[in-house]
Amino acid sequence: MKKRSLIPILYIAFLMLPIYWLVAMSFKTTNEILSGFSLFPQTFTLENYITIFTDPTWYWGYINSIIYVTINTVLSVCVALPAAYAFSRYRFLGDRQLFFWLLTNRMAPAAVFALPFFQLYSSIHLFDTYLAVALAHTLFNVPLAVWILEGFMRGIPKELDETAYVDGYSFPRFFVTIFLPNIKAGVGVAAFFCFMFSWVEMLLAKTLTAVEAKPIAAVMTRTASSAGYELGLLAAAGTLTIIPGAIVIWFVRNYIARGFAMGRV
Amino acid sequence: MRTENQKAWFFVLPVLALVAFNALVPMMTVVNYSVQETFGNNQFFWEGLGWFEQILRSDRFQAALGRQFLFTFLILLIEVPLGIIVALSMPRKGVWVPVCLVLMALPMLIPWNVVGSMWNIFTLPKIGLMGYFLNDVLGINYDMTQQPLSAWITVIVMDVWHWTSLVVLLCYAGLVSIPDAYYQAAKIDGASPWSVFRYIQLPKMKTVLTIAVLLRFMDSFNIYTEPFVLTGGGPGNSTTLLSIDLVKIALGQFDLGPAAAMSLIYFAITLLVSWVFYTLMTKDDAQ
Repeated sequence: MKKRSLIPILYIAFLMLPIYWLVAMSFKTTNEILSGFSLFPQTFTLENYITIFTDPTWYWGYINSIIYVTINTVLSVCVALPAAYAFSRYRFLGDRQLFFWLLTNRMAPAAVFALPFFQLYSSIHLFDTYLAVALAHTLFNVPLAVWILEGFMRGIPKELDETAYVDGYSFPRFFVTIFLPNIKAGVGVAAFFCFMFSWVEMLLAKTLTAVEAKPIAAVMTRTASSAGYELGLLAAAGTLTIIPGAIVIWFVRNYIARGFAMGRV
Repeated sequence: MRTENQKAWFFVLPVLALVAFNALVPMMTVVNYSVQETFGNNQFFWEGLGWFEQILRSDRFQAALGRQFLFTFLILLIEVPLGIIVALSMPRKGVWVPVCLVLMALPMLIPWNVVGSMWNIFTLPKIGLMGYFLNDVLGINYDMTQQPLSAWITVIVMDVWHWTSLVVLLCYAGLVSIPDAYYQAAKIDGASPWSVFRYIQLPKMKTVLTIAVLLRFMDSFNIYTEPFVLTGGGPGNSTTLLSIDLVKIALGQFDLGPAAAMSLIYFAITLLVSWVFYTLMTKDDAQ
């Protein structure tokens, strides 16, 4: 038993090493970084973080990212809920084809869509808004949310629906007061995945924004190139992007295992 | 069983509208460009299938495609077995399970460009932990900005670091769903660890493993941001994968026709291989 737990420990150590290095780097001064190798920060400094929290271009990058990610998550889950219900409960003309077509959008390389998206959202005057990025990210998040929610909904027996109708529930009331609480875990997991993929995606987010809705990633690249190669600042900014993800994952920790199986185990 | 009900279409309508807007309009733009030639000023000329022919014949595209297949092949070859091994050796219950799961999922929640920067900092010779360790402690000459092999190894290790957890978590989800009684029965029968794996664990993991392989295939085949930030496709063109090349042509050189034709070929290959994987892996279920 002892020997077996060595593998996960080694694996997690491998995962943590680059993260540790990023965090350690963020507490070093530029001088210390360039002067040579040190395992721990010698002259511990918070300067990099102070720079980020006092400069609006920096901290607005975070706020922008969080705003469009939130809009995207709410939007994706809300439109996916009825669709997933339909797929899990009814057969209708073209349902299988539709489901597969939805999933193919998850396979589309983001690079393919960068330029057309830019033109599309420019032409409807949404370029450089939160809504543009949030809408663009629904391309891959909505199919995923439908897929996950459908898996969870299939696990709820149909008798639940029928009993509710016999008891005189209308569909909207049944859906909100009875059905939703039953698939709470599924909704949480779907929202988690939407958050995750919208938070980490950068190619489209960068292409669709210029100033107003610029994500933290775009701020990072620009600052890194304009102000010389400030590794400490870059590391601090990177460290701060890990925190929202870590918080969100802590909330869904008990559902992760099942959620990753898309409710299909 | 599901009942026949055409009104279900109304439930699907919002999703359909949203995805159609996001997928069909840009896709038609791409198709439009792919058969036309433009010299600016918004003047377009019919080009037919010329771009497709040019792309398919070009050495540049073939080389990028070759690198892409090699990359994806290596990724699947490493990540799937490694993920299974880690998942098998994870504890089934206990206080450490959520901690393990959260730590393992962490790399997947880091923005992709930060992943690239992070590995850049990690591997810098003299400054980075890995770069320092390899060069100054082990004495291996390692510099991914100069040596194609180092660059390839770094890109692969980075992706293993980034995505193996997806396979682990999926497989783990399959494993925890196995009732204890199965293991007890195997113990009574005196089954070897291998046969426990082959006849109990693997069949239970099959569905999730299919999802894992499909997701890993699609995402590694479409990878862009992380290697772009890490190596920029270099040294030379050695790590220029398909997406990196596509963005170079489309947004760098602004060759819209060839870029559009390449996009469609790219998408078609992704779809085709995904479909082949899916059919192969679910073949046994149908029988």
